[in-house]
Amino acid sequence: MKQKPLSSTSEWTFELIEAYDREISKIAAEFGLDTYPNQIEVISSEQMMDAYASTGMPLGYHHWSYGKQFINTERSYKRGQMGLAYEIVINSNPCIAYLMEENTMAMQALVIAHACYGHNSFFKGNYLFQTWTDADSIIDYLLFAKNYINQCEERHGIKEVEDIIDSCHAIMNYGVDRYKRPYPISAEEEHNRQQEREEELQKQVNDLWRTIPQNKTEEEKKHKVRFPAEPEENLLYFIEKNAPLLKSWQREVVRIVRKISQYFYPQRQTQVMNEGWACFWHYTILNEMYDRGLVGEGFILEFLQSHTSVIYQPPYNSKYYSGINPYSLGFSMMIDIRRICEHPTEEDKLWFPNLAGSNWKESITEAMRNFKDESFILQYLSPKVMRDLKLFCIVDDDKKPDIQVNAIHDQDGYQTIRESLAGLYNLGNREPNIQVYSVDISGDRSLTLHHSQHARKPMGDSTEQVLKHIHRLWGFDIHLHSVENKKITKSYHCPPIETDKDDSSI
Amino acid sequence: MNYIVDRRLNGKNKSTVNRQRFLKRYRKHIKKAVAEAISKRSITDIEHGEEISIPSGDIGEPIFHHGQGGHAENVLPGNTDFVKGDHIPRPPSGGAGGSGSGASDSGEGEDEFVFQITQDEFLNFMFEDLELPNMIKRQLAGSDEFKMRRAGFSNQGTPGQINIVRSLRNANARRIALTTGKRKKLKVLEQQLSLLQAEDSTAENQAEIELLIEKITKLKTSIKRVPWLDDFDLKYNLNVKEPNPQSKAVMFCIMDVSASMDQATKDIAKRFFILLYLFIQRNYQRTEVVFIRHHTEASEVDEQTFFYSRETGGTIVSSALKMMKSIIEERYPLGDWNIYGAQASDGDNWNNDSTLCKDLLCNAILPKVQYYSYIEITPHDHQAMWHDYQQVKEIFPNSFAIEQIVNASEIYSVFRELFQKQVV
Repeated sequence: MKQKPLSSTSEWTFELIEAYDREISKIAAEFGLDTYPNQIEVISSEQMMDAYASTGMPLGYHHWSYGKQFINTERSYKRGQMGLAYEIVINSNPCIAYLMEENTMAMQALVIAHACYGHNSFFKGNYLFQTWTDADSIIDYLLFAKNYINQCEERHGIKEVEDIIDSCHAIMNYGVDRYKRPYPISAEEEHNRQQEREEELQKQVNDLWRTIPQNKTEEEKKHKVRFPAEPEENLLYFIEKNAPLLKSWQREVVRIVRKISQYFYPQRQTQVMNEGWACFWHYTILNEMYDRGLVGEGFILEFLQSHTSVIYQPPYNSKYYSGINPYSLGFSMMIDIRRICEHPTEEDKLWFPNLAGSNWKESITEAMRNFKDESFILQYLSPKVMRDLKLFCIVDDDKKPDIQVNAIHDQDGYQTIRESLAGLYNLGNREPNIQVYSVDISGDRSLTLHHSQHARKPMGDSTEQVLKHIHRLWGFDIHLHSVENKKITKSYHCPPIETDKDDSSI
Repeated sequence: MNYIVDRRLNGKNKSTVNRQRFLKRYRKHIKKAVAEAISKRSITDIEHGEEISIPSGDIGEPIFHHGQGGHAENVLPGNTDFVKGDHIPRPPSGGAGGSGSGASDSGEGEDEFVFQITQDEFLNFMFEDLELPNMIKRQLAGSDEFKMRRAGFSNQGTPGQINIVRSLRNANARRIALTTGKRKKLKVLEQQLSLLQAEDSTAENQAEIELLIEKITKLKTSIKRVPWLDDFDLKYNLNVKEPNPQSKAVMFCIMDVSASMDQATKDIAKRFFILLYLFIQRNYQRTEVVFIRHHTEASEVDEQTFFYSRETGGTIVSSALKMMKSIIEERYPLGDWNIYGAQASDGDNWNNDSTLCKDLLCNAILPKVQYYSYIEITPHDHQAMWHDYQQVKEIFPNSFAIEQIVNASEIYSVFRELFQKQVV
């Protein structure tokens, strides 16, 4: 027996949203989605722009760069150059999702399915989010951060604080622990320990710098222990703990930026999966609603129209092309996993012997839980998806006169494309690998960074600007060496050194 | 459990602070753009917002990223006719559609960061640090400006002014005061009652219990009878009216519209006055403006005619000054008003009239006004009037200023000079 559709007009009301949410949550539970509780907030487009400007954080500290972002968004929106996203969802517990009031009922339902059940279950289930973020305490922590920075501004002046934050933002992506679980954040504890920590930190720092500089003999210099003993990849952490001249409130600000950066770290690594997962579920759930007669034809057509435009992938030679659309790639892969499970072809059985014929709900959940973009693509990108998207791989080597096509979507090329595409999502390849190499503790206190080159790629042109920021935080000379095969290929210094003295004797 | 919250009524301007920070940080750029915009605009749209562009090099937030070069691989969608081993010539400069390492060069390009500031912000930047000089606050007898001020609490008032906290606190105090004795008694009686009830029930006991119960009910009703909120509990917020001394000011705008003023010169003059008018309107709500234009004779006109109508003839400047003098005497008693004058002309004047002007200014006008500015719009040599006015300046160095404008681009800077905030 077919049910009467929940609504027949495109107008939404709070009662209708509730009714849709109830049905969607029922279906989601039947499919076995495990989610945080939801907090659905209806907001206006202006508020959406506000949310945009603060990278989706519901409470951000004040900083001019967010103002810039806001002005930018506002301008493009008012000129009609871009539409606003239909939703923003925050990895917190309860999971906060923003719906825009301009959306039609069909859009609201799409967004609820996409954000409140898709993204939400991803946040809860994916290993990276489980390991690296604390959904329970993020809101409190953001509030703490905002208040703390406010206080600092009152005490030390807006300019002072902004300068520090500017510098921290410049190396924000290098404020992340990649290999060890960070200590869970908790606003209350932060607050309690703060006083204690301020003193403790300052003591440690003083300890490091206590010795009066002494000139050592050449012999001693060779054998002296390097500090840090192991290279440190978390620049902000290193600065927070060891920068000689920072005041304790400045260390605290560095820490705040670092913690927030850490919170966003998993999101940068799971864009394709996260969006693919959410798109897969809004698609699956809403189609299920249609099959059950909960929504009518008009609804499903409107939904399909938005859905297809979201997952559209313009070809490389289109003027709309701006890289691979993560929604498109993710959705294609997710839906393909289901297809492989339910209707495997001979090719699939060869490529995915474990997947073919298995329970699709279990397999897809397994994929969601245990992978990040890079490994997900490496594991699950199927020949069919490559053919559908007509992927091809090019190599641009500055030692060769032109660009070469080294693989296309054929039998020969599948493996190459897969590895190459996965490589593109490896954060380690995308960003220059920069680590703290040593500090001249007993000498001029200069900080030496090493850039381990990947595929001979040089540093970009804003490097010197960033070094200035690091210099502001560290307070003494900064040296950055690009290193390939233990040989220094290029050096940057801040303040710049006129005569490039030869110091390749590391 | 899912919650649905309506947040639309929450403040929407969460980013205002950040936006202000941004504008403050780049005020140098914005001010420059505003100054340029003013000199470029026609008189009718001087009041609009403005598009500001800042070179993105100045505004960027640098991060570490890869530069061009090395060995780069990329995967692209939508292959049509490439096969393995094809060679594609490198696009002329990196970053275009087919280039291999276009992914990370976000920091490149000298594009401008363009954005809109609102009319309000535009005018703020335009008139920043400007003021009418020598403004004096004159207390007005019979001023109609009042300010409401909070002045504690009162026992009378309108229901809209009820102070809930105070009223309830009063009611609570009254209830405590009126019932304490009774409640103490009640407590004692209740204790006795429970003691008696705990004992074995005898007839005597029973009678006593009933008596106690009766007493208790009586007490309870009398406690209950004390009203929860009484008329005299009510407290009202008290506001008192206070006269608010205002500085009243009038600005006389005097413009030469004679035949010697060609269209371009008139345009410059009009734009100067538009700026002045906007500035006054914006920063001094209580300021009146009197428009006087003159050729051989002067007439007082309204704003519309002053800025937009055309009329020409010979030039007798003193006619306008005389008119200003008589208007001051008629309508603006010195005790009440700060008086300002601004005059624009090309410097042409009827023979011998300039001396008359000088006398008028020195004897009749300047002693009465706070500040009088004269701008001469001419690329040519100065004529008699300029030299006479120079002499006036020597006599009244603080309240008289003369400036020369040659072309439209100088309007704004001259304007700023004339009304620069003076640091005391």
